Amino acid sequence: MKYIDEFRDGELAQSIARAIKAEADPASTYHIMEFCGGHTHAISRYGLEDLLPANVRMIHGPGCPVCVLPIGRIDAAIWLARQPGVILCTYGDMLRVPGSKRLSLLKAKAEGADVRMVYSTMDAIKLAQSNPDRQVVFFAIGFETTTPPTAVAIKQAQALELKNFSVFCNHVLTPSAITQILDSPEVRELGTVKLDAFIGPAHVSTIIGSRPYEYFAEEYQRPVVIAGFEPLDVMQAVRMLVRQINEGRFEVENEFARAVTRDGNEKAKSLVADMFELRRVFEWRGLGMVPYSALRLKEPYAAWDAERRWDVPQDNPGDNKACECGAILRGVKKPIDCKLFGTICTPENPMGSCMVSAEGACAAHWTYGRFRDLEKSE
Amino acid sequence: MCLALPALVTELLPEDSAKVNLGGVTKTVSLALVSDVKPGDYVIVHVGYALSVIDPEEAARTLELFREMGEMAPEALA
Amino acid sequence: MTLPRRAHPRPLDIQNGRVDLTHGGGGRAMAQLVEELFIAAFDNEALNQRNDQGAFEVPGGRMVMTTDGYVISPLFFPGGDIGSLAVHGTVNDVAMAGAKPISLSAGFIIEEGFPLSDLKRIVTSMAKASKDAGVPVVTGDTKVVEKGKGDGIFITTAGIGIVPPGVEISGDKARPGDAILVSGTMGDHGVAVMSQRESLGFETEILSDSAALHTMVAAMVAAVPGIRVLRDPTRGGLASTLNEIAGQSGVGMLMEEALVPVKPQVLGACELLGLDPLYVANEGKLICICAEEDAPRLLDIMRSHPLGRDAARIGACREDAHHFVQMKTRMGGNRVVDWLAGEQLPRIC
Repeated sequence: MKYIDEFRDGELAQSIARAIKAEADPASTYHIMEFCGGHTHAISRYGLEDLLPANVRMIHGPGCPVCVLPIGRIDAAIWLARQPGVILCTYGDMLRVPGSKRLSLLKAKAEGADVRMVYSTMDAIKLAQSNPDRQVVFFAIGFETTTPPTAVAIKQAQALELKNFSVFCNHVLTPSAITQILDSPEVRELGTVKLDAFIGPAHVSTIIGSRPYEYFAEEYQRPVVIAGFEPLDVMQAVRMLVRQINEGRFEVENEFARAVTRDGNEKAKSLVADMFELRRVFEWRGLGMVPYSALRLKEPYAAWDAERRWDVPQDNPGDNKACECGAILRGVKKPIDCKLFGTICTPENPMGSCMVSAEGACAAHWTYGRFRDLEKSE
Repeated sequence: MCLALPALVTELLPEDSAKVNLGGVTKTVSLALVSDVKPGDYVIVHVGYALSVIDPEEAARTLELFREMGEMAPEALA
Repeated sequence: MTLPRRAHPRPLDIQNGRVDLTHGGGGRAMAQLVEELFIAAFDNEALNQRNDQGAFEVPGGRMVMTTDGYVISPLFFPGGDIGSLAVHGTVNDVAMAGAKPISLSAGFIIEEGFPLSDLKRIVTSMAKASKDAGVPVVTGDTKVVEKGKGDGIFITTAGIGIVPPGVEISGDKARPGDAILVSGTMGDHGVAVMSQRESLGFETEILSDSAALHTMVAAMVAAVPGIRVLRDPTRGGLASTLNEIAGQSGVGMLMEEALVPVKPQVLGACELLGLDPLYVANEGKLICICAEEDAPRLLDIMRSHPLGRDAARIGACREDAHHFVQMKTRMGGNRVVDWLAGEQLPRIC
């Protein structure tokens, strides 16, 4: 598969690993946060930790839209699914995410709610067309990458004059979350979390471009490398960041130039800008209330906004007290530091969000990397 | 993250969509978010939409950088 | 058939007819369905006696028995259907003990309204699979449930077989140092079935690998009676099956990603859907664990059989108190290959 296989070449990975080892200063430690779950997944799935020297530490960030959605929004989706006449459809990722009382959309479905999995927003539109007597609600989640497809669906619903289609919008924004992490007391004042550099998102950046990261590099004096999600992309990004740190530079570099430009996808950006506006504040699991970090539909599109069509509950029950997902998402703790990890919280029975999505920090560590903890303890 | 993959555009279809091929698997995707796509291009596909067109020259340049890296790395550290 | 047919004034209307509740009611309509469809298709000595049980001679030795239920959607998929799958799956479950399959039973639970033409297609395919495998369906049962209480058709089966003397194949027999072999490419069946689900909207030329493996197993067992473990990696795929064996045997395993055979189209489909081929179902492949010195011989035997051409040694068992199945990735790092968690759902992130 072109543009995939070349970026999974094991020998090249080894040679980049050698370059990193040669360039990393043995006297210092490099703390690199990969913001995106895609990078977390690549690191775990390909065992890249084994290729990095011990003084290059990867910190898994909150870049997984499934993981950061607060329980209240999942409860609200379940509430919507239970309204008479409603078909609630969403991406497969959301079905198993636990809301409060360990309920999930999958369990609500088992109890009789009409919950359907879709692969694309086009399927959601088709569902509305073929079920004219039902209300089809699309539970929209995702970062800047996934927002434009939602916008296209709403445009289509408008063109088709679909009265039975609406969107429960939970689209969130990457740069606001990175700001929140860098502004957190652990990073800014206490210094308990060291963050030397960031690997920037691949596919989010195809839409927003590399320009938005220039602000972080300057304001927070941290280097950023935008990188693809293939293992060689991740290795190369680490090498580029090690080099920037060594040289005292803090620039935005683009390893994923094959798909990301400085300005991104203007067509998608203007579609989103036309249809969505910023929410003043939105809750992220683990990061708390993050100002201007999520989108809602503008007034002219109110007819397709599920939150305007129904009085969607806004309660937000907190996470399990023992669950450390919040601290893990901010890089303050590791999965293994959580008492629930691997005991009562496993991928079969996830308590916290980091265990739900395949790319959540806990699920990735449990599924692919937990042998390392045992090797260390023996 | 957002699961997205490069796929080869094999055929333009009506209603702003196209047939793409990934490792022999074909799928119809929407081109609503991109401009000037033609058969032979590789597009990054996410939830059934093409998000951007791959720049073959940049891809070649990135791969070249990987290789240079390998040559520069001292073998002794392997 | 030599027995006289029972007199039914009009034959079943296979082309346009549908199954109704009388076809499961025990009366003349059911007798006609059994006669004109099932007995006509499966046609073997035991079944043709028309008793409530099939009687047949068995050779002496250890007998194995297995049972299985088939609830697949869609019922027809590239490379097979629920009927042939029911035969292959059951024959394989018997064969994985190293046994020679002797006979099968089949129970049909049919939803009211199911087209007789589809039923005929399924039964014909099932009968062909059974004849090709040389394992007759000697007894059966038919039930009809009301509309909405079944998903078209469910098939349940039982199968029995005889284990040759000296063969003791079992999931708890893997030992550190043993080689792990697979008989071919992983994930074909699951991808073929998924490609038929309209909601996923992709097309491949991949066919299900659904096949009866007992003749290949017979050749393997004849050459190496001391094979430790045989198992077919169906639901949950290679990953879950290896974890099952590792747990039963109390060993760890290490495989190499680069050695696991996967077709490019299967990889492509998995990439698109965010799935891992190690977790995708197979219906015509087996895992064989054997002493390292027996591996080359068994690989030769598999590769010379049409169902084992892509057979490969993918790794080895080792001591590990935690019974981890691990994999050396193409990048050179290690990772755990865990049980499948929940159902594999296509994902976007």
